[in-house]
Amino acid sequence: MEQKAKKEKVPRQPMPEQEPKVRAKNFQEVPLGYPPDIAMREASRCLQCKNPTCRTGCPVEIDIPAFINRIKEGDFKGAIAKIKEKNALPAVCGRVCPQEVQCENNCILGKKGEPVAIGRLERFSADWERAQGEVSIPEKEAPTGKRIAVVGSGPSGLTVAGDLILKGHDVTIFEAFQIPGGVLVYGIPEFRLPKAIVAAEVEYMKKLGVKFQCDMVVGATVSIDELFEQGYDAVYIGVGAGLPAFMRIPGENLIGVYSANEYLTRSNLMKAYLFPKYDTPIIRGKNVVVFGAGNVAMDSARTALRLGAERVRIIYRRSREEMPARIEELHHAEQEGVELLLLAAPLNFIGDGDGRLKGVRCQRMELGEPDESGRRRPEPIKGSEFETECDTAVIAIGAGANPLLTKKTPDIQLNRRGYIIAEPETGKTTKKGVWAGGDIVTGQATVILAMGAGRMVANSIHNYLTLGW
Amino acid sequence: MYKILKKQELVPNIHLVKFLAPAIAKKAQPGQFVIITVDEKGERIPLTIADWDKTEGSITVVFMEVGTTTQRFALLNTGDSIDSLVGPLGIPAHIEKVGTVVCVGGCYGIAAIMPIARAMKEAGNKVISIIEARSKYLLFWEDELKSVSDQLIVTTGDGSYAPQGWIPDQLTQIFEGEEKVDLIFAIGCTFMMKLASETSKPFDIKTIVHLNSIMVDGTGMCGCCRVLVGGETKFACVDGPEFDGHQVDWDVLLSRQSGYQDLEIQSLQNWESRNWRRTK
Ligand SMILES: Cc1cc2nc3c(=O)[nH]c(=O)nc-3n(C[C@H](O)[C@H](O)[C@H](O)COP(=O)(O)OP(=O)(O)OC[C@H]3O[C@@H](n4cnc5c(N)ncnc54)[C@H](O)[C@@H]3O)c2cc1C
Ligand SMILES: Cc1cc2nc3c(=O)[nH]c(=O)nc-3n(C[C@H](O)[C@H](O)[C@H](O)COP(=O)(O)OP(=O)(O)OC[C@H]3O[C@@H](n4cnc5c(N)ncnc54)[C@H](O)[C@@H]3O)c2cc1C
Ligand code: SF4
Ligand code: SF4
Ligand code: FES
Repeated sequence: MEQKAKKEKVPRQPMPEQEPKVRAKNFQEVPLGYPPDIAMREASRCLQCKNPTCRTGCPVEIDIPAFINRIKEGDFKGAIAKIKEKNALPAVCGRVCPQEVQCENNCILGKKGEPVAIGRLERFSADWERAQGEVSIPEKEAPTGKRIAVVGSGPSGLTVAGDLILKGHDVTIFEAFQIPGGVLVYGIPEFRLPKAIVAAEVEYMKKLGVKFQCDMVVGATVSIDELFEQGYDAVYIGVGAGLPAFMRIPGENLIGVYSANEYLTRSNLMKAYLFPKYDTPIIRGKNVVVFGAGNVAMDSARTALRLGAERVRIIYRRSREEMPARIEELHHAEQEGVELLLLAAPLNFIGDGDGRLKGVRCQRMELGEPDESGRRRPEPIKGSEFETECDTAVIAIGAGANPLLTKKTPDIQLNRRGYIIAEPETGKTTKKGVWAGGDIVTGQATVILAMGAGRMVANSIHNYLTLGW
Repeated sequence: MYKILKKQELVPNIHLVKFLAPAIAKKAQPGQFVIITVDEKGERIPLTIADWDKTEGSITVVFMEVGTTTQRFALLNTGDSIDSLVGPLGIPAHIEKVGTVVCVGGCYGIAAIMPIARAMKEAGNKVISIIEARSKYLLFWEDELKSVSDQLIVTTGDGSYAPQGWIPDQLTQIFEGEEKVDLIFAIGCTFMMKLASETSKPFDIKTIVHLNSIMVDGTGMCGCCRVLVGGETKFACVDGPEFDGHQVDWDVLLSRQSGYQDLEIQSLQNWESRNWRRTK
């Protein structure tokens, strides 16, 4: 007997995950992805709105109802094709986009209940395609004879390259590290974004014809003017926000105090978690503190656990409400056993007399009036100083603009904080033929915003190459 | 992949490797370094560019075997390749005519000081070079340094060749003599650079050292290489590697250099136990 009349309400489908106790000891991915039947069930929840508000929440405006409808009908190939019209890195975005403040935040179902799991469905489509083993290669336009140099192989650089190669231009990516991918390979850990996925995206770019020149530090190995001399017609700068912020407090040079950039680069890019199979060492602290409360802090804390820490604490000077990390990341971290020490800020690190970190002196804070950022300003409570032991500290309080390239290119204008000034509608810098986008313009933001900037710049470069500056 | 055009063991445990690297050769300046990775599993380590040839498109490094990476590197031969080679990194040595310059080098620094001595000579300075080695059999590039110096002083720790003594002994002799020295450059092991700086300080002679803190990216991205100079934290890879030796906090540098000692030993033991059959 068919039960047509009664409309059964399907709840938001959870994604299977590794058990917290198990995963806190390994570097494998935490969420395991939807199997096809669950993906189809989740897809069936979408109302196929005439005016899909979800789309406006997505910086690259993926046609969300269209791809979800295809999943619902079992047309996974069609679904991924639909996504790829707008997003070249769906396997990445499906995993790391802050969906709860973007697409899913705007889903109509979220008004009363739970939004459609758009990110998980996007991830499902991309993973399905990769598992099929054959990734379709779109038609390229006829060669234009124009050459473009892309500096930096993070999500913004990859997007610029992927878009322009399809328009028939000749694209070369210059990357300082030995492996392309930017923060996707050196920052975000394996357990959140498997490196094989980034490698697959890079392979796809190579198949499209994008050339990669790794080990090239633009500003050191070659300058931007020299790229023009070599015959490039346009240059895109997508070098990210690669400058670690320190706290400038006593003891910061003790052994065991890391910037998040160093800690994560050692672990991810250099695979120090596989030491001594891989040569690069990392201190496997037993008692680790992490300063900061964004994604970078969560990644550092969860990495520390996996490297064998018995205790990991995140020390943050505001309260839980102000934590900038994605809810899912904070949730995962706490599940795995990361502790939060809120409303406290460090005063100085304490050494053991041999130059090694053995503790940190902190001060309690309370929240006062809102500051420029709209968040309540933390204010120190007099006489509340306390000491706590730790053998490793990771400073994850933000990043700045790395001046290596910009110092060598004085005709590119920078803002007060050293970021490149780029026209909001085109990404053009003050230097003719040079564009910039991603974190080096906005400061550390998100993968999808970097990709959105890349898309805008690709259009602008294409216009320039066909119509003029 | 970066091809090794020439590999030679100069003296026991110190090797010369010449790479095909046209882009780096074109840009290299005295005092700059490269970062190499031997293979996919390797660590990134910095090495000073000891020589380069723009026409041939080659660069040369000279390195001492001290741990896993340098040992693995030492096992490669002419015709082999390494995974990654990036540079030239760091601020070039400041070359100008100042008068009389003393260039000192110990261990790998004997080679690393060469480009600076040559450039200072070409800039019109009187160049006195001092090189030290524990023993005669560890000395190399004597003739090369002679050819770019007005005077070359060699000193050996065991007195097996030339006078017995170390660089500070030779420096003191010069300072107490007739010659007025305007500037000193020192490259080599940290202790030597520290002692050279301490020797020149009472005489108030500016001493430039090349700091060799532990590095990862070499582009100012990680902060691993931080050193304390004149009370300020600097990144050796982008703010240096040249610094005023009288301002350097040597204790911080030496301490940070020892940060991975136990792991380095573990790494070396692990590697050796699996590779003891291999030979150079
Ligand atoms: C640990 C961590 C976790 C994060 N988690 C998330 C998340 O969950 N979700 C999310 O949306 N965002 C996240 N972000 C932010 C996101 O990764 C970045 O906003 C995004 O990667 C920026 O992209 P980009 O292309 O501008 O630069 P990047 O990804 O920073 O890439 C820049 C590339 O340029 C190279 N480069 C730099 N200088 C030079 C030079 N002179 N010459 C040649 N190459 C150069 C670098 O080596 C790098 O490969 C995270 C960031 C970090 C650090
Ligand atoms: C700017 C600069 C230029 C240098 N030039 C030369 C050179 O021309 N010739 C030469 O022989 N050596 C040079 N060095 C030192 C060289 O980098 C180290 O000897 C090498 O990294 C040791 O690696 P390993 O794995 O063989 O030894 P390990 O056993 O890993 O370490 C031995 C010691 O080397 C240092 N070291 C380890 N890893 C690194 C690293 N990633 N970066 C820097 N130091 C490290 C540490 O102090 C450690 O205690 C230079 C260092 C710097 C910073
Ligand atoms: S790209 Fe990001 S914001 Fe856009 S739909 Fe996908 S997960 Fe949502
Ligand atoms: S707003 Fe929600 S329900 Fe409506 S189309 Fe978008 S995903 Fe579907
Ligand atoms: S080595 Fe990373 S900042 Fe110098």
